[in-house]
Amino acid sequence: MRLERRAHVPLSLVVAAPVGAVLAALVLAGILIAIAGAPVLEAYQRMFIGAFGSKLSITETLTRTTPLILTGLAAAVAFRARLWNIGAEGQFYVGALATAALGSKYGLHLPPIAGIPLLMLAGAAAGAVLLLIPLALRLRFGVDEVVTTLLLNFVALLFVSMMIEGPLKDPLAFGWPQSVPILADAALPKLVPRSRLHIGLLIAIGLAIVLWLVQARTRFGLESRAAGLNPQAARFAGVSITGILVRVACLSGGLAGLAGAIEVLGVKAYVTIDLSPGFGYTGIVVAMLAGLHPLGVILAAVFVATMFVGADGMSRAMGVPSFIADVIVSLSLLTMLVALFLASYRVRR
Amino acid sequence: MMDALDIFASAGLWAAVLRIATPLLFGTLGALICERAGVLNLGIEGIMTFGAMIGWMTVYQGGDLWLGILAAALGGAAFGLLHALLTVPLGLSQHVTGLGITLFASSLTYFIFRLSVPVSGSPPTIVPFQVLHIPGLSDLPFLGEALFNQTAPTYLAIALAIILAFALQRTPLGLAVRIVGENPHAAEAQGIDPIRVRIAAVVFGSALMGVGGAFLTLSAFNSFFPTMIQGRGWVCIALVVFASWRPERALLGALLFALFDAYQLRLQHVVGKAVPYQLFLMIPYLLSIAALLVMARRARVPQALMQPFRRGER
Repeated sequence: MRLERRAHVPLSLVVAAPVGAVLAALVLAGILIAIAGAPVLEAYQRMFIGAFGSKLSITETLTRTTPLILTGLAAAVAFRARLWNIGAEGQFYVGALATAALGSKYGLHLPPIAGIPLLMLAGAAAGAVLLLIPLALRLRFGVDEVVTTLLLNFVALLFVSMMIEGPLKDPLAFGWPQSVPILADAALPKLVPRSRLHIGLLIAIGLAIVLWLVQARTRFGLESRAAGLNPQAARFAGVSITGILVRVACLSGGLAGLAGAIEVLGVKAYVTIDLSPGFGYTGIVVAMLAGLHPLGVILAAVFVATMFVGADGMSRAMGVPSFIADVIVSLSLLTMLVALFLASYRVRR
Repeated sequence: MMDALDIFASAGLWAAVLRIATPLLFGTLGALICERAGVLNLGIEGIMTFGAMIGWMTVYQGGDLWLGILAAALGGAAFGLLHALLTVPLGLSQHVTGLGITLFASSLTYFIFRLSVPVSGSPPTIVPFQVLHIPGLSDLPFLGEALFNQTAPTYLAIALAIILAFALQRTPLGLAVRIVGENPHAAEAQGIDPIRVRIAAVVFGSALMGVGGAFLTLSAFNSFFPTMIQGRGWVCIALVVFASWRPERALLGALLFALFDAYQLRLQHVVGKAVPYQLFLMIPYLLSIAALLVMARRARVPQALMQPFRRGER
């Protein structure tokens, strides 16, 4: 028996792979739910109700989806060009910090129509810069970016902690380390009144569509894919790998920084050290589940947000630790890798 | 008031260096063995977290301390086997699989911990490894306090570095691991099965990572808390590069790194509040990046690192 790579993966398999992977992960996590002493099907039902059972839970799930779309796109864009950006978490935080600083009373004081886009741009720029550093180390000194982007997450988080306990500390926060809030003018408009859901969701979905068009239709999209698949051939064809990677890094780091900016402008209004429950790392799973496809990222982000929001409700009702959501999401990544393998190979006897 | 240079004259500093270096040494040796056979294992952070928890849990449930170490090794080996099966016979991306293992191992760790230990104000504790008194050596003035004032796993880690350095360089098994990491096709031509060697190396290396995590809960501290690995795994990945994939240099690197870490802790007390403490906490990570920067060009990477091996395919 041996494996043979398929020349062309049929569309049915491309669609079946993520569905099969998620189902397999749910079955495996079901074993853990059973061990925890809860009826599995009822637990999953509770999870679904927790995420979609009421207007409030739906808006919460979509609020959680927003940053995941953006960090998912950040990972997808980079991974397609084989730029291993594992630093989206740090980029998220510096983006959030830049936005909070410039949007606060110390900052720009612009009318919303100009101020809000500018603040988002500032967050994206901060995220991009944080990824350009490890990219420069790779291009100039040949340092593998996997570990450097990862290590910079810790540095970025400590820097944010230093700022919100120092120059940007909110003196009115009862001694809690949190940044000064953004001005009311800078807050993103709500999508649904009396909920936390804001127009950031539409921005994220819009960006996913734009990215899909860019990747499918433009020269840059083609070249960044070629740079990832076969750098030698791309270089031979006259593509500047360095130029492509710099642009990919600006895009990837920018999207992660924007995720932080939008979380501040839309949800929290200030930065704390627990602003992100791992959005940067979860974005990697989102991107893989989506098969690195920008439109798939939207669906994958909804799935992951459903798990996290739903797990809280399930945890309260069934007594299963809410960490089960993290288990399901990380297991989905592993089963997705296997599913992608099975889809792209054919077993020959 | 202690001066910044006086810190070096305190025996406590050097004892702390050995203690801080121990988990890093286990982790670095583990990652090094995997990479020497050609497999990058980014699962290390999660595997160390799992090892820390399962080792602690074993002792908390009434097991012996060494049984805790064994449990951590077996737990690490199990995740190593998962990583190996996905990356070696299937040839999946080692980067992404490793990250998946880290996410899976840590979330499973928190799940099991929360399921087994009810939430309470103060975390439950165990009686950890005690300082191993070596007659003669431990009684030496200064040296005894500085170097021979450690628990058994620390001595084990140092011995392991020396044994692995010898085994890799001088034994047939070590030669097999090295050839598989350099050129699996050449290895196969010599009758070595690259797939088996790679799987075995990843399983063994991951077991060491698990033990490194368990050192934190069974010797350095006496309880488990979810964020306790704090990026030590990633630092180990950087230390492997710093060590140019050689176990004896891993020992040197871990000690050097621990020296900086122990020194900055004490320097914080000297400098006081004049400098934000976060700047000191950044040092280990910046130092890791600096180590990668210095060694990236000079170090000789195993030639087949991250290249999947498939029979008959070139």
